[in-house]
Amino acid sequence: MVAADLALGAAPAHALPIPSVPQVPELYDLNDFLVHCALPTSNLIGITIAEDGDAHFALPRMEVGQGITTAMAMLVADELDLPIERVHVSLAPARKELLFNQLTGGSNTIVSMYTPVRVAAAVARKALLDAAAVQLGALVTTLTIKGGVIFDALGNSVTFGQAAADAAPTTTRKVEVRLKDASQQSLVGTPQRRIDALDAVTGRKQFAMDLDVPDALPTMVCRAPDLNGTARSVRNESAVKEMPGVTHVAIIPTGVAVRARTFGQCIDAVRALDVEWNGGTVPGMSADDVLAELRRAQLPLVVPKLGAAALDAEFVFHFRSGSALEPNCAVADVRDGSATIWGGLKSPIDTQSKVAKALGLPQDEVTVNVVQGGGSFGRKLFSDAAIEAAHASKAFSAPVKLMWHRADEPRQGRVHPMATSRIRATVLAGSVISFEQRHTSVPTDFTHGLGERITAEVAALPTGLANLGFAETIFLLTQELPYNFGVITQLLNEPKPAPDRFNTSSVRNIYSPDVATANELMVDQLAARLRKDPVAFRRTYLKSRVVRRVLDRAAELGEWGRAMPAGTAQGIAIHKEYKGATAVLVEIDCRPETVNRKVRDAVTGPRVTRATVVVDAGIVINPKGVEAQMMGGFMDGMAQALTYGNHLVDGHFLEASWDNSAYTRQWNVPLDFRCEVMESESKEPGGVGEAGVAASMAAVACAYARAAGRMPTEFPINFRAPLHFEPKSYVPPVPESPVDGLDHTF
Amino acid sequence: MPKHTFQLNGETVTVDVEDDVRILWVLRDVLGVTGPKYGCGINVCKACTSHVNGKAFNPCSVPVAAIGADDEITTIEGLADTVPGDGLHPMQEAWLEHDVAQCGYCQPGQIMAAVALVNKVRREGRAITEEDLDAIRNVCRCGTYARIRDAIRTGAEAM
Repeated sequence: MVAADLALGAAPAHALPIPSVPQVPELYDLNDFLVHCALPTSNLIGITIAEDGDAHFALPRMEVGQGITTAMAMLVADELDLPIERVHVSLAPARKELLFNQLTGGSNTIVSMYTPVRVAAAVARKALLDAAAVQLGALVTTLTIKGGVIFDALGNSVTFGQAAADAAPTTTRKVEVRLKDASQQSLVGTPQRRIDALDAVTGRKQFAMDLDVPDALPTMVCRAPDLNGTARSVRNESAVKEMPGVTHVAIIPTGVAVRARTFGQCIDAVRALDVEWNGGTVPGMSADDVLAELRRAQLPLVVPKLGAAALDAEFVFHFRSGSALEPNCAVADVRDGSATIWGGLKSPIDTQSKVAKALGLPQDEVTVNVVQGGGSFGRKLFSDAAIEAAHASKAFSAPVKLMWHRADEPRQGRVHPMATSRIRATVLAGSVISFEQRHTSVPTDFTHGLGERITAEVAALPTGLANLGFAETIFLLTQELPYNFGVITQLLNEPKPAPDRFNTSSVRNIYSPDVATANELMVDQLAARLRKDPVAFRRTYLKSRVVRRVLDRAAELGEWGRAMPAGTAQGIAIHKEYKGATAVLVEIDCRPETVNRKVRDAVTGPRVTRATVVVDAGIVINPKGVEAQMMGGFMDGMAQALTYGNHLVDGHFLEASWDNSAYTRQWNVPLDFRCEVMESESKEPGGVGEAGVAASMAAVACAYARAAGRMPTEFPINFRAPLHFEPKSYVPPVPESPVDGLDHTF
Repeated sequence: MPKHTFQLNGETVTVDVEDDVRILWVLRDVLGVTGPKYGCGINVCKACTSHVNGKAFNPCSVPVAAIGADDEITTIEGLADTVPGDGLHPMQEAWLEHDVAQCGYCQPGQIMAAVALVNKVRREGRAITEEDLDAIRNVCRCGTYARIRDAIRTGAEAM
């Protein structure tokens, strides 16, 4: 446990907050940027009405659990006056012509597609009405639609299916449509269940590894003991090829691929392989070496340290795995100068380009089919498994169903980069006059660019400076400290900017969980210094009405200030991003009997007993979906504050499965979780998939500081505690599956 | 190759596969039954949770040779048929009522574990406690945990 003493003192004061000039995201944020990138091609989508009158929409985004297919179905259903069960949303394959408009990230799907999808549906509606008018011999203005049937004033009717036969225009023409306003929508804004819920609970929902692609046999990769090590030679290839079920063995750029009848036989073969390995990209390095590197590169603070007036702190955020429960995986069929890929891919045009490059094929010869993903959290922005599958399929001259072993995920998979955040705030005459933040990070890999070839290739230029340019832009467009703290500066530095040593990605909410945690802990310090209550202090200094509204509501719902026993405390934090704001209030129990509670093979520790999340997400399509995302964001942020991290030791990560990586489990879950989606004053939709993480992590950290009486400065807070596990072997790189499962039935 | 016969979702199945292949791969790769998901292969994430003779087990950690011809394996695909009527199992209904799933990858395992847990506490003649819910080991990376707890209570009432 690393912690600093909470400092109380200095002069209480009643001075006024000193206004801060607007920061960039207040005027133009990442979502504006992504919307503008998507805009030139946002009209290249369409709704298809089938013969049975059902509507079909191929969404150029990726569903990974965030609920966008449901939200899209609601928007289309409302615009068409069609029951939602008759709107079918599929995921579009890679469409090169969409350029920057087929990237799922930045919680931007609803923001960027809210208007285009309604326009597409309204155009379809108009075409159906025009065709029906001819068929019924009536004026369009006399027609009405109910449940997918078009009626004239006399009660004669045609179905959407009948009208559709004559509705599809044979030429491109310009039409004008009027979108429905909120009072005419019956689904939008009401709680709706996910459209794929029935498939999910019956086992029918198909992920990439559930697809039945002929002859695509299970394939796994034997990976190096060191991070990003590569295979030089295989000493026992023929022996492994003789193993039961094994069909192929070959070296690919990331290791040795094996194809077999079952994944179980792939695991056996991976364990049996005797490989001569090249070293990795961070030989001998450990977390403290990275920390020293980051500290050396921290950009200087400008405001001089003014004795007792200054509050200084440095926070350390360790690597943590961004992996979803569905491991990296993809199906590939490479043959006769072309390739077909199936996978959960958030930048499918970039996948198409990278697979083509890997195989030496023209991009048009690569078909990329997008399959729903079992979570993403930023991981599926990259096409790692698809590229490996393409290499393996080419090497084997056979289709493959390639999946990573779980052990590969935390060890070789993409992680949230390690970072430090140095902060100096200055208090003078009872007011905060400056707040400087210097965030220093292992580079976040943005080499997917904007999801297509040009920006991806620029971002991947060898020096790393272009990637740094992307990183600085993303940081600038997302980070906003919504307080009147006088002079505010928030700067990012990513030394050694080429993202080629560590495998990183924009893990859910990118920089914000760390930045917000550092900031909100300092805000509590400032409140203490000025002898103010944390909520009252925030209310006084917040310059944003939307944040103040969620803060007030969270404080009310979560009963801020209620009496708490010693060793327990409340903590509160806010965050402003994605065209909205969140406030999270938690109660944490740090009493020894709780911290030391025993659950078999579990990391317990401090327990958050109650959590209240209040969100203003702008115009909300599906409040039930927003609540779900806040719940997920909370569980994510809490884990990152308390237990979830990756230990880099001697050139590789120690964690190798869910028994090592202490992500939130039921024994950590707050017994009382509540989320309220506030009625918004905004006229535009916000993003929700990532919006819950930052304030949740920060609130848990703030509560911990107050309960323990020490401000935590290193995350997860149990990072320096004795390891709760024995690290698994590196050679072989994956553990054997147990055989004693029948001894553990219940 | 050895032949193995067992009962799967109410039907007798026979597969030709080596003795040591874990049942998860027999289900998924040989029989094409893909409801049980892979999440770790070492019996810690519980994504593959299914039932053997009515009790929860993890097929990633049981070799096919350990299962006999009369042993009944139920996966999420067969759960609804274990209760009367043409509808879903009450626990599946509860999952829909609370709109638990996000990505859905872990949810077949979560539901199978939940049903077994309710049956277990019934056998012990008691109601589900917070401690019982705390002891559920299934990972949900989307973090649907709170809705899972609510759904289990609803499902238990209807079971």
